[in-house]
Amino acid sequence: MTTRSFGERIRRNEDPRLLTGRALFIDDIELPGLLHATFVRSPHAHARIRGIDTAAARAVPGVIAVYTAADLGDYWKPGPLLVPPPPIAGIVFNQRCQVPLAKDKVRHAGEPVALVIAQSRYVAEDAAAEVAVDYEALPAVVDLEAALKPGASLVHEDVGSNVSAHCRQTRGDYARAAKGAHLVIKRRFLYDRGTSSPIETRGVVAQWDAKSDRLTVWDTTQAPVGIRDGLAAMLGLSERQVRVVAPYIGGGFGPKIMMFYPEETLVPWAAMRLERPVKWIEDRAEHFLATTHERGQIHDAEMALARDGKILGIRDVFLHDGGAYDPYGLTVPINSQCTLLNVYDVAHYDSTFTAVFTTLPIVTPYRGAGRQHGIFVMERLLDLAARELGLDPVEIRRRNLIPPDAFPYNYGIIYQDFEPLEYDSGNYEPILDKALELVGYQHFLREEQPKLRAQGRRVGIGVVCYVEGTGIGPYEGAKVQVQSSGKVSVVTGIGTQGQGHYTAFAQIVADQVGVKVSDVEVITGDTDQFYWGAGTFASRGAVVAGNAVNEAAKVVRRKILRTAAEHFECAEQDLLVEDGAVHVVGVRQKSIRLGELAGKANPMRGAVEPGTEPGLEATSYFGPKMGATASGVHAMIVEVDRETMMLEVKKYVVVHDCGTVINPMILEGQIHGGVAQGIGNAFYEKLVFDADGQLLNASLADYLLPTALDVPRMTLAHTVTPSPLNPLGIKGAGEAGAIPVGPLFAQALENALGLPAKKIEILEIPLSPSRLWEIACATPTTGR
Amino acid sequence: MRIKTTVNNKVYEREVEPRLQLADLLRHDLGLTGTHVGCEHGVCGACTVLFDGLPVRSCLMLAVQAGGHEIHTVESLAAAPDKLHPLQEAFRASHALQCGFCTPGILMTMKAFLEENPAPTEEEVREALSGNLCRCTGYQNIVDAVMLASKK
Repeated sequence: MTTRSFGERIRRNEDPRLLTGRALFIDDIELPGLLHATFVRSPHAHARIRGIDTAAARAVPGVIAVYTAADLGDYWKPGPLLVPPPPIAGIVFNQRCQVPLAKDKVRHAGEPVALVIAQSRYVAEDAAAEVAVDYEALPAVVDLEAALKPGASLVHEDVGSNVSAHCRQTRGDYARAAKGAHLVIKRRFLYDRGTSSPIETRGVVAQWDAKSDRLTVWDTTQAPVGIRDGLAAMLGLSERQVRVVAPYIGGGFGPKIMMFYPEETLVPWAAMRLERPVKWIEDRAEHFLATTHERGQIHDAEMALARDGKILGIRDVFLHDGGAYDPYGLTVPINSQCTLLNVYDVAHYDSTFTAVFTTLPIVTPYRGAGRQHGIFVMERLLDLAARELGLDPVEIRRRNLIPPDAFPYNYGIIYQDFEPLEYDSGNYEPILDKALELVGYQHFLREEQPKLRAQGRRVGIGVVCYVEGTGIGPYEGAKVQVQSSGKVSVVTGIGTQGQGHYTAFAQIVADQVGVKVSDVEVITGDTDQFYWGAGTFASRGAVVAGNAVNEAAKVVRRKILRTAAEHFECAEQDLLVEDGAVHVVGVRQKSIRLGELAGKANPMRGAVEPGTEPGLEATSYFGPKMGATASGVHAMIVEVDRETMMLEVKKYVVVHDCGTVINPMILEGQIHGGVAQGIGNAFYEKLVFDADGQLLNASLADYLLPTALDVPRMTLAHTVTPSPLNPLGIKGAGEAGAIPVGPLFAQALENALGLPAKKIEILEIPLSPSRLWEIACATPTTGR
Repeated sequence: MRIKTTVNNKVYEREVEPRLQLADLLRHDLGLTGTHVGCEHGVCGACTVLFDGLPVRSCLMLAVQAGGHEIHTVESLAAAPDKLHPLQEAFRASHALQCGFCTPGILMTMKAFLEENPAPTEEEVREALSGNLCRCTGYQNIVDAVMLASKK
């Protein structure tokens, strides 16, 4: 074999195209006769629609069409439910999916009410301003607790309450465990909304070719196959008539897998109806309201502990803000419920959540997808317990870690993939030790901190643990093919949004078929190239599609050897596949390039014998039994400015275990980016809604994404505990960086500001300098 | 209005609406789609181009303002698709891009920055970079790339 590329820091195949501005992003698509769409959106969070007058808009020169719900006829239908509720006894789920255009009432600010199509985006927006909608405002539903009180304004009247879902999962008997406890810690924890805000917003371009009866849709989706199948069903087409292309996508982070956004439903419909291509590109102001959000939850949690700090049990009752519709089912709150248990051995658990309809934008997974909340609650409870018990926060964690010989570790509750929450493998203590060493834990506490404090400086340290359920099914597939050029193509059905799939998948193939990574061309996100697939979400691309690629590449390797053995009339074991050719070992002149061999596998004469196939090609599928659980520790040293409460992160350490690593450079990039989003979530980014459900900071000047001055340099280290659930031993890594940053900030900031001595606790995320000031200057928290 | 502008050393004459954004002129009239539009309110920096050698946000300028001026976009950096500019090479070597959407604006901002300050400190790079938002990388590798390019 040639030098192994799997596991190496290989530079990315996709970079030259992206660096030179030659990658095709959605708004780069230009088509003859292209029309432009814009949406009229509700200014109210909750209102009845008494009437819509589009006459003035239609009269604007250059306007082609204006559509309201009434124009959609039978096409007007609530969207499909993406993820049904898991099989948990007693679960309640009230399915109310989003509609293409609001008909009788609007349920969140930004909900589309009318679609305007014009010769240019400029004209479309002019005309949209001329659409007159007569609204009767209704009381907004923003506060989760108020939403559940009798007499509350109802988001969906026919449900009879604002309950979207209700679910209880238990392990053991918490009440009994708590009876014998030395200590019970009980607190309320708040987590508020944020937005993923990729630098590229969403967009859809659709072209109907009436002559060939084919619809082509370019969509910034993380799941092109699902969009194709859904659109075909909605539009009455066969799936073979619909091609969905997810081109280069400028960041996804979860919300781009939500389907069907109203725009995805309507733009293709309009293109067919008008027989003209139509483009819609979301602007940033729209993005704040029209793209899904995440993270609003209120937890009332308690932890029962023994005198030595061992967790006896946990009870948690939480409210989850689901927004106006619930097309993504229960994925986010189930993740919160399951991930709360973290890396710890917890024998007794009693968790109940109520998902609440609010008149706010829809909530679907955003990088972490509910895991943040659970980790926040668990890590904070441990910090508070450690304080009560006089233990070091690291020590209480260490005492509760699941021991390495306890895997697979089954909690006996159901995870988001409908399988039992079972951790496949893990070895947690070395991760913790490595993080402590890298952050210099003991040295900081014993030497640095006292010295700096004596100078009046407010420096603190934090250490938190997390898990990340990754790489869930159902499956992905891949087709690997040797081209006559000698290059090798790999096609998968998933979309890609910057994760380096063009390189990571190429590395897997390069080793199997003996070519350079740069000679492997990866094609993703085009349903005409690969028919089947689920999508890029839940840190699953490398795990699920990566293993499918590996299986297909292995078959191609066998075909290469068999074809070459026939060609040279020798045994397969006498052959060597490397440098893009097959060589007969020890016979220098005897070799054949892979491209030529591909031609021999697809001859113009002779027959493909029964049981064989033409070409050097294979398609394979991979579906893991259940998700693989990655884990890690984040540690940080932070200094707080006593006047402004601005932070300087002086050291940030991530030690991470995601099993076998395909490309450490790409993995590190994923962690860096996750941490940056976690820092934004913890300290800068909060969507501020007023009581009327109006978003008060819907611009990037007011909703602060972290900049190069806010994200510190990070020190990364890895341990490797391969997953037994897939042949490559991979666990996912996409969300790991973002998950534990909230509790890390809370712990480190409390430490820096000396809040424990003042009996002040940080029980909420996101923070901000001003919020931290309020908390730090507040009267002491009275624990309940 | 009729304008005459030079983009990437090529002269263009176009009839444009007075309200046409410079970014839209570049992308949709001239087909230079390497310049990306992320926020349309001047915060994210993805649309940054060089205007008479200085970085500007093309979403905050009108096409008519480009009349009589010289613009350079990301397409001007590499001599050929396989001959990357040293800054682009450094970005690739340092894994300073993931989805790549913000990258053109960052490259143009950093090109102007390095011309002004050829041997910056890391802090200076971070300061100069702070007007461009990236949601994928956490900036660390971008900072490293710019430092690497400055040493070439």
